[in-house]
Amino acid sequence: MKRKFDVVALTLHMVLWIGVVIVSLPFVWMLLSSVKSLPDFYTFSFFPHSIDWSGYLYVFQQTNYLRWYLNSLIVAVCVTTSGLVFDSLAGYALAKYKVPGVTAVFLLILSTLMIPTEMLVIPWYVMGSQLNWIDTFWGVMFPGMMEAFGVFLMRQFMLGVPNDLLDAARIDGLSEFKIWWRVAMPQVKLALSALGILTFLGNWNAYLWPVIATTTDPMRTLPVGISLYASADNGGIQWNTIMGMSTLAVIPIIIVFLVFQRRIVEGIALTGVKG
Amino acid sequence: MTPTPVSVSQLPLRGVTLRTRRTLTAYSFLLIPLLFFVCIRIAPMIYAFAMSFTEQNESGFTLSNYQQLIHDGTFWRAALNTLLYVVITVPLQMAIGLCIALAVERVQSLRWFYRMVYFLPYITSTVAVSWVWRLMYDANTGLLNEVLSWFHIPPQGWLSSPSQALVSVSIVMIWQAAGFNMLILLAGLKAVPRHFYEAAQLDGAGKWNTFWRVTWPLLNPTIVFLAVTGVITALQTFTQIENLTASSGQEAGGPLHSTLSVVVYMYDSAFSNFNLQYASAIAVFLFLFILLVTVLQLRVLNKAYEY
Repeated sequence: MKRKFDVVALTLHMVLWIGVVIVSLPFVWMLLSSVKSLPDFYTFSFFPHSIDWSGYLYVFQQTNYLRWYLNSLIVAVCVTTSGLVFDSLAGYALAKYKVPGVTAVFLLILSTLMIPTEMLVIPWYVMGSQLNWIDTFWGVMFPGMMEAFGVFLMRQFMLGVPNDLLDAARIDGLSEFKIWWRVAMPQVKLALSALGILTFLGNWNAYLWPVIATTTDPMRTLPVGISLYASADNGGIQWNTIMGMSTLAVIPIIIVFLVFQRRIVEGIALTGVKG
Repeated sequence: MTPTPVSVSQLPLRGVTLRTRRTLTAYSFLLIPLLFFVCIRIAPMIYAFAMSFTEQNESGFTLSNYQQLIHDGTFWRAALNTLLYVVITVPLQMAIGLCIALAVERVQSLRWFYRMVYFLPYITSTVAVSWVWRLMYDANTGLLNEVLSWFHIPPQGWLSSPSQALVSVSIVMIWQAAGFNMLILLAGLKAVPRHFYEAAQLDGAGKWNTFWRVTWPLLNPTIVFLAVTGVITALQTFTQIENLTASSGQEAGGPLHSTLSVVVYMYDSAFSNFNLQYASAIAVFLFLFILLVTVLQLRVLNKAYEY
């Protein structure tokens, strides 16, 4: 019995390792290709003939890459902060104030989950053009300042905050605003970190709206910058530069993921199950 | 001695009842979110609807966009392709995700490692990984054709072949989404109470029976969640196609519209041909389609299991 168990586990490990190779191959390929010289791409070669940094040099010297990086960081941080504050504020109010109309407001916000972003980008573009928001940070950020999913998630978790705790704070004379911030918020830290990670990742990788909302090169976010550089006419596709850009975009996310692995994985599983 | 909540709520404060005060507080908290969702979600949606019934440089109600849409072969090609993306990617990414989840759940060691590696593609930038895949798909010097040649399989066209391009794009989508499916399914598996398995074992149920009679029905909510979100995501495919197939002198969706999706077509109509009204009609179609598919799915999949 014991032996048979080992065989099954061993087989599964082998299959899982094949999967690991398939999953990580594109990452390895990206890394290897980023240090190849352009002639290395003319014929197939697994390893670069010699380590060639010209792709990276080009990225830093000839493109606005660092600026795109900064733009993406600014957008993702601002939108995440705003999302956490307003999603949890709304979620708290919807969960903890049993006053007339609150259910209707909740259903109204929830119903917006059914609207695909694709349907909204054209009106946002018209709106942004008229208000001169196109090609500004605010223009990239405004559609994501709150998410219906975030409100829903925070409401679900705020429902679990004990009323006694909030009433005790009321008796201590805390204002309603401070009760939300100081008493309720610490109770839902896990959900907040999960939502924060999801919002940050979503905005860091966002493509459809940023590609529409930015029109000049220095305002591009990272994915948009890479995409438009890569598909532009550069006298043939500059694979080493593109792979260098991709590597630089992916590596920090992988490092952050490795550091907060447990938290991210559990957070996403949590939202998936609750949502 | 803390007074009970009831006695607190009966205290009149500055002449205003607590109930009114609480209502005011609630709505002051909800004011900004409410304004946001009305102005940035609901009003634009209505605007998109309204815009789809107008024509460029002309005022007044018209159905011409929809009439054009019905006779637009490219649009129907895009709609068909989008359906194919859904049919190819969603079942496969869920099946692969489930297999990995069951395997990871079964092995005793290295769990965190597998979980981490398989999930990695999901969190990395779609733009970045699409370009890596594009390099690997290259028909002449790509890695994939090289690997095929080891097994004496002739080189494939991948993204350059009209008959293989859609599948090639789907592979990238599956590669990215399978890990997410695995993660959610792992959480679902963990939530199955131990005593169900113990009871099945006592009843002498085999592994196969235990899976189909215990695990599968208990995973139903997770499966429904993954199916619905997977279908919605696949219906909205854009970034992969744009980055795998577009280049200077070649619009996304090629070759020969073989990878064109509804969203890519909408984007091109709006921002390459600058026909925002026609693009809005496509968006409305997409919206109604997503709505219909989601409702149907919830009807079909959401079976209630009694325990």
